[in-house]
Amino acid sequence: MYQFKFQKAKSVAEAFAGLGKDGDAKLLAGGQSLIAAMKLRLSQPSTLIDLGDIAELRQIKVETGTVTIGAMTTHATVAASAEVNKALPALAMLAGSIGDRQVRNQGTIGGSIANNDPAADYPAACLGLGATIATNKRKISADAFFKGMYETALEAGEIITSVSFAIPKRAAYVKFKNPASRFAIVGVLVADFGSSARVAVTGAGPGVFRIAEMEKALVAKFAPESVANIKVPAEGLNSDLHAQADYRAHLITVLAQRAVIAALK
Amino acid sequence: MTKFAIGQTVHRLEDPTLLQGKGCYTDDLRPQGAAHAFVLRSPHAHVLIRGIDTTAARKAPGVIAVLTGADAKADDLGTMPCIVPVKNHDGTPRGETPRPVLALDRARHVGDPVALVVAETYHAARDAAELIEVDYEPLPAVADVYGAAQPGAPLVWPEIKQNIVADLHLGSKEAADAAFARAAHISKIELVQNRLVANPMEPRAAFAEYDPETDRSTLHTSSQSVALLRAHIGDIVLKIGDKLRVRSGNVGGAFGMKAMMHPEQPMIVWASRRLKRAVRWTGDRSEGFLTDVQGRDHKVFAELALDKDGKFLAVRATVYAGMGAYLSQFAPMIPQSVHSMMPSVYAFEAAHLHLIETVTNTVPVDAYRGAGRPEGIYVTERLIDIAARELKIAPDELRRRNFIKPSQFPYTTAAGLVYDSGDFEGLQAKALKEADWAGFPARKAASEARGKLRGIGLTMYVERCGGAAPPDSVALKVNKDRVLVLPGTVDNGQGHMTVLKQMVSEYLGVDMEKIDVSQGDSDANPFGLTGGSRFAVVTGTAAGIAAKEVVDKGMEQAAKMLEAAAADIEYGDGDYKVKGTDRKATLFDVASAAGGIEALHIKNTGALTFPNGCHIVEVEIDPQTGVTRLDRYTIVDDFGRALNPMLLLGQVHGGTVQGIGQALLEHAVYDNESAQLLTGSFMDYAMPRADDVPSFHTTFHHTPCTTNPLGVKGAGEAGSVGAPPAIINAIVDVLHAKKGIKHIDMPATREKVWRALNG
Repeated sequence: MYQFKFQKAKSVAEAFAGLGKDGDAKLLAGGQSLIAAMKLRLSQPSTLIDLGDIAELRQIKVETGTVTIGAMTTHATVAASAEVNKALPALAMLAGSIGDRQVRNQGTIGGSIANNDPAADYPAACLGLGATIATNKRKISADAFFKGMYETALEAGEIITSVSFAIPKRAAYVKFKNPASRFAIVGVLVADFGSSARVAVTGAGPGVFRIAEMEKALVAKFAPESVANIKVPAEGLNSDLHAQADYRAHLITVLAQRAVIAALK
Repeated sequence: MTKFAIGQTVHRLEDPTLLQGKGCYTDDLRPQGAAHAFVLRSPHAHVLIRGIDTTAARKAPGVIAVLTGADAKADDLGTMPCIVPVKNHDGTPRGETPRPVLALDRARHVGDPVALVVAETYHAARDAAELIEVDYEPLPAVADVYGAAQPGAPLVWPEIKQNIVADLHLGSKEAADAAFARAAHISKIELVQNRLVANPMEPRAAFAEYDPETDRSTLHTSSQSVALLRAHIGDIVLKIGDKLRVRSGNVGGAFGMKAMMHPEQPMIVWASRRLKRAVRWTGDRSEGFLTDVQGRDHKVFAELALDKDGKFLAVRATVYAGMGAYLSQFAPMIPQSVHSMMPSVYAFEAAHLHLIETVTNTVPVDAYRGAGRPEGIYVTERLIDIAARELKIAPDELRRRNFIKPSQFPYTTAAGLVYDSGDFEGLQAKALKEADWAGFPARKAASEARGKLRGIGLTMYVERCGGAAPPDSVALKVNKDRVLVLPGTVDNGQGHMTVLKQMVSEYLGVDMEKIDVSQGDSDANPFGLTGGSRFAVVTGTAAGIAAKEVVDKGMEQAAKMLEAAAADIEYGDGDYKVKGTDRKATLFDVASAAGGIEALHIKNTGALTFPNGCHIVEVEIDPQTGVTRLDRYTIVDDFGRALNPMLLLGQVHGGTVQGIGQALLEHAVYDNESAQLLTGSFMDYAMPRADDVPSFHTTFHHTPCTTNPLGVKGAGEAGSVGAPPAIINAIVDVLHAKKGIKHIDMPATREKVWRALNG
């Protein structure tokens, strides 16, 4: 780790001001990716602005039709939240499946989606549950937020404050884990909103994406057989020593069916 | 009195200390004033080093010294030894791969040490290392063990033709060829022994202190043998002889890897002596992946010859064994065990191995749990399953026809080993029963009804353990109220302290609470090595002899105290007693009067032992994803006798989990062009975890070992030998039934299995 300055922000405004003063400063949320990268000397921020003390970023709110999670809420908190488990159990389960216990106790939803790791779980939740990401400047739909590998619509000085998920009739997330890292080789979230459906895939490509053909089929009939014969092209999917693109493509169809079955349970 | 006899389950006495974080590992030694070292390593697999400019680094804040290979050469340091001589089949000696502690003009693998920075803090050392300018000229590199031996492959050592560092034949080629010539059936296999990383929980570490009064150095380091390190570092590399003392405290896993000297150990002692100051270094996980000696790495072509009745005639193989960039301490010897294990538990006429050892631009390879035995057993037990299928004979029946029979012991195998004991047919029969082999078809049908594919796999195994050089030793010291045991072996987590206390408690008839064990000090005990499943056999036997020497040495004093002739005194339950009377003196009273009694037994007391057993595995495969679940796992082992059944099970489970890792998950993958390690972290290198592993059904079928007084056989590596063939045999049972596939290489990953089923 290289030397850096450390600053605890008391408010979002203070964090924003800190970012304005120092172009090489970075926000510290749960630190589960950033600190590891810094330890490997792959990341060298001049200042870390810690968001951990900002209470307003830790709230969970369930209202009619939406679940809103504060950006600094940990995965463990979401997984254990009685309100989330009641209103949107698929989201609580997804949060409970992230990383390991240590990661879940430290990692946050805001940190995860700002980082936009192509194999992270929360991007699938955001895209699959039609989330709206609120920042200190504006609201961004998940469809516009994720821009491919480690890239988002966030602009300089923009800080995620919360994420609002639309509550579907039913939803489920199924993950095929990398046996080493336990990140998603492929993760599929399916959600049934009645008049619409969403299928979001993480891990398989350079970033999270939707499968329109499956969504259309699921609106017609929310059943595993609706997606069973929808093949996903391997072109453009990730191909590495853990899974070649055609295997990932095949897994998407398998997992989509299993997610629909899980959602129907 | 709480005397625990040998054979009882005593809970690990180590655990309260270790589980409360009160253990003392090398990195826990952090005295004020110790300097910190950081090793700059080659980022390239093969480069010429044109120059190293350390000017800026030496001026960096907190830097005490920056040392390079040129400094080591100027100080006349020796090279890292490979202590195994090998004669090629043409009579010439094996190739030499002189390995300096710091690279001189060439680096031969990613991670090869290039410079050492010593500074007041770790971060200062690491920051300064980034200021070192190395003028590298990249050279073509080679990583593949088989490809390296092909014409035109880049040369790791210009002096070593075709990268073949040793080329030898083991066993009679003529006898094997003759048996193959009259075979009614020949089964063949081509397979890969996947390269593995040891990955102990505790990384390697070295901490050197220097005493100017005596000019002596003490190296604290995580190891399996303070004795070997003392000899190799002190005598060969640094040439300071007994001016080096080596100590090991708690060791958090080793698996063979920590038996080997690595360059940082002599490097840190050398730096400490130059600076007359304590210097410490602890490797991180990335360095572990790039520098800890690795395991396995074979490419194998093998054949089994059978007669018309399914009797085995001969087994032969050509094995390309990867050595990495340099020959590590024992490296060229390890694959030779493939030959000694190829006959397994069967009566063969001949076994022949053509062994071609190649150097590649990769981390050196050396002993890894099993060390050649898993590789050998895997070849034969895979061949047997293939032959069984080809000949339409049940795999258990084909094995039954060929077992060495109890009446044949001592039995000289086709590889020349003399097995002393065993009941292979009885053991297999017990395993088949324990596994409910007969109930498999019903379970298979039930799996299929759920859309899953079930396969069953069986393997027998035997391995050669204990007894081999180097000599081992146990020192015993008795004073007025305590017994101190000083073993030459070093516990790496096995529970040696518990078992030693049990054994010495029985040998001397003294309460366990009054026995202390102190390990890992080359001054206290200059011989010994943990490795090759030898602790119980060798240290256990040596402790027994040392105990008898203690009793004998106290006899004269006891005779004086009891006013009796020594011939009239007998020893038992911790007392010297005058026969036929109630007059007695305790061992402690006698020791107190004698001013202490000491005995040091240094000898290689144990002959070889041959633990053996059977693993039966049932897998359930999800054909849609290729996920292979180990559903049922049955193990029956013959370890002669259990010293502590609970700790013995721990060894079996641990070894088996490592074997599961090799069979399904673990693989050190190098890029073919750049020879960069692609699986250099736990993000990419898959270790077996609790949820990858089933509950084991483990039982025993002991036949006492006749070559040591305890009757025990080594158990530390057994699981790692049995698991790979049993698991692959079970997976191939499915793949053959569905697709006619004969073999799948390890690790049988989900994607590989899926492709096999859907190809």
